[in-house]
Amino acid sequence: MSAPAWRRAMNTPVGTLTAPGVQAMPFERPGHAPLALGQRLRAIRPRHLIVLAALLIYPWVATPFFTFQIGGQALVLGLIALSLTFLAGYGGMVSLAQMTVAGIAGYCVAIFGDSSVSQISLGWAWPWVLLMAIAVAVLVSAVIGWLSVRTEGIYTIMITLAIGVAFYYLCVQNYTLFNGHAGFHHITTPQVLDVAWRDPVPYYYLALFWAMAGYFLITYLLRAPFGLALQGIRDNARRMNALGFNVTAHRVAAYAVSGLLAGVGGVLLAYYNGLVTPGTVNTGALINILIIAVLGGMRHPIGPFVGAVVFVLMQTFGIDLASQLFGDWARERFNLVIGMVFLLIVLFSPDGLLGWWTQLRARLRPSGGAGRSIPAAAPH
Amino acid sequence: MQSTRRRFGAKVLGAALALAFTAGVQAQETIKIGVLAALEGPFAAGGQDCMRGAELALLQKGGMAGGKKIQFIKGSSDATPDKAVNATRKLVEQDKVQIMIGPLSGDEGIAVKNYSKTQPNITFINGSSGAQATTLMDPSPNFYRFHTEGAQWMVGLGEHALSKGCKKMYLIAEDYGFPYSQVQGFMASYCAKGGKVVGKSWVPLGTKDYSSVIAKIPSNIDALLVVLGGSDAVNFLTQYEQTGGDLPLVGGTITVDQTVLNFKGKRRESLVGTPSAGPMADSLDTPEWKKFVADYKANFKDGFPSPSLFAYLYYVSTRAALEGLDAVKGDLSGNQANYRAALQKLSFKGPAGDVKIDKNRNGIGTTFITEVVKNADGSLANKVIKVIPNITQTLGLSEAEFKKMGLGSRDVPNCP
Repeated sequence: MSAPAWRRAMNTPVGTLTAPGVQAMPFERPGHAPLALGQRLRAIRPRHLIVLAALLIYPWVATPFFTFQIGGQALVLGLIALSLTFLAGYGGMVSLAQMTVAGIAGYCVAIFGDSSVSQISLGWAWPWVLLMAIAVAVLVSAVIGWLSVRTEGIYTIMITLAIGVAFYYLCVQNYTLFNGHAGFHHITTPQVLDVAWRDPVPYYYLALFWAMAGYFLITYLLRAPFGLALQGIRDNARRMNALGFNVTAHRVAAYAVSGLLAGVGGVLLAYYNGLVTPGTVNTGALINILIIAVLGGMRHPIGPFVGAVVFVLMQTFGIDLASQLFGDWARERFNLVIGMVFLLIVLFSPDGLLGWWTQLRARLRPSGGAGRSIPAAAPH
Repeated sequence: MQSTRRRFGAKVLGAALALAFTAGVQAQETIKIGVLAALEGPFAAGGQDCMRGAELALLQKGGMAGGKKIQFIKGSSDATPDKAVNATRKLVEQDKVQIMIGPLSGDEGIAVKNYSKTQPNITFINGSSGAQATTLMDPSPNFYRFHTEGAQWMVGLGEHALSKGCKKMYLIAEDYGFPYSQVQGFMASYCAKGGKVVGKSWVPLGTKDYSSVIAKIPSNIDALLVVLGGSDAVNFLTQYEQTGGDLPLVGGTITVDQTVLNFKGKRRESLVGTPSAGPMADSLDTPEWKKFVADYKANFKDGFPSPSLFAYLYYVSTRAALEGLDAVKGDLSGNQANYRAALQKLSFKGPAGDVKIDKNRNGIGTTFITEVVKNADGSLANKVIKVIPNITQTLGLSEAEFKKMGLGSRDVPNCP
């Protein structure tokens, strides 16, 4: 870095160090972190209660298909994408290996628990299986982080993509541990409380519980000292280093947290599919997580869930939409329509679907909500 | 005023009733069939031909079966089991299809079979997926496969290779389920009759560089058994030619098909005489096959020069579904019990031999042994040498003997 560039970088206010034209990322309430309970309750707005009520009532009005395949799947994919939003939106590290971490947790469920491949599966009791799956996911994610945090931007993407693709090929070709191309079938949910957890309604609530747990964990962390330091590192790592923060340690810890979310998501995904195969972690699946995160918007932890709902709806009904729009010949070329919808969303709002919400609110309230203390444009 | 309103109300009620009535009648007269194939991913081109095969079966019947109109609802997967089950679940639970045809590839088939157990009121008919385990291990009572699978397609090729003097062979094949089945179909009889496979090279799907494999080929063998498909086959054959290899080859079902025979190179000439086997053959000389090819060409201008294996298998599967409906006159009542009984008894003459199923609901069918010949115009084609009818899934062995051998894998069977 040349001397003038260095001076410029050091004199730029925090949060505006991004490329010209790109809006600065939100910075969670500095100073008063974490919030006291009273403050938290006061922060609850009617729309939060409406969303919560809608989520709880949903399986009672939707068909089992919508409950399981749309609702359940969107919550799980949203949880995995949340791990990426946390890393990318608040840590400034775009990792393509989040689905790999989720897949590893899924493989652990099959390897330590029960599956159709009895010569590999160890058949442990479910608490140990789940503990092991999550622990391995966190560990692997931390190792991926440790390998990639010394890189920036496009190089982080490349290194994590390389790890993801390498793991895919390992799964395809290794028969002693991953059972190769066929993978593991017949992964069943544990017998807990006499509930058939893979039935649509129980599965939906299970996924909802963990999705909300992940969501609140992230919103809490973002206001805790750790999250604030992480956002500082995102905006100016050099300055944070000068202030005495260990940049590498914070980044690796962020990867470990993301591994926890992706791991829980991966276990739920394995239960959702009832199987885990190399197809779960192929390049397409890795990129789908990035699409979900970008589609929803990375400025708020709710983004990946919004993105996941749209993504799952398009994956499921894109084929019908294509033939509705362009006639029956388009049915076999429906990916074109899915791509067009995604393109339109990102074209008109670089912040994804959350950006639309922000624009809408700005238009409805021309004064700009003077009384609000939060500089961030995203809703809380 | 009062009367006008009442009259209007009556009209609305009448219209609603009429609508409900016609809707009810329509629901009775149309049968929805879901068709799932891989329209994305590595098999996208084959997946489109699957759809052509299914459509052709319906076109030949004028869009009707059992006196009812048939409506196809198409779905797509990307050849991964997760996607196949999601797409199938959407067709069954959201679009409410009564009969489900698909999927395309092996592991998808196993996953859809497992899903079919949760939907006992729907009948599932396999599209073209050919994993042995789908119907042999833990079969599902409402999952049918009317065509034969990868191991059955190679039955008889072992004896044919022995009759040509290939007593010691070396195997090169892709490392997944379908080639395992193919190799088992070949080796089961080849080993039993005294042939030796001295070594095996399992290469990952999509391998580009075969130099290390070619270097391992021993010199004291009579022929190579090559079970590769598509670009893998072309890459291997080209590199084998460049390194000066001159051993005769024996091919798997998709190793020397039309897509591979069209490739350019000197090695092309030396492919003449290469035997292979499969459930159909382009040059088949029966009137049923000729009609099938003519109908395919007439209806699909954008299709392949001749129907692919995928089109043929989906055609057979769809036709079985429709013939079954004809047999019960479109009656799917009683959780489709009559329909399933009819499917079990079904037997008809397909484009390439008789179509019928065994007690596990897997196809018993014909295999064609072919050899590559050079046509007058210089193009290469597969000529039928031998026809072997009535091949069962246990490859002619009793069920106990077959279970003892086990399903095909890297090490099963083995005769070095």
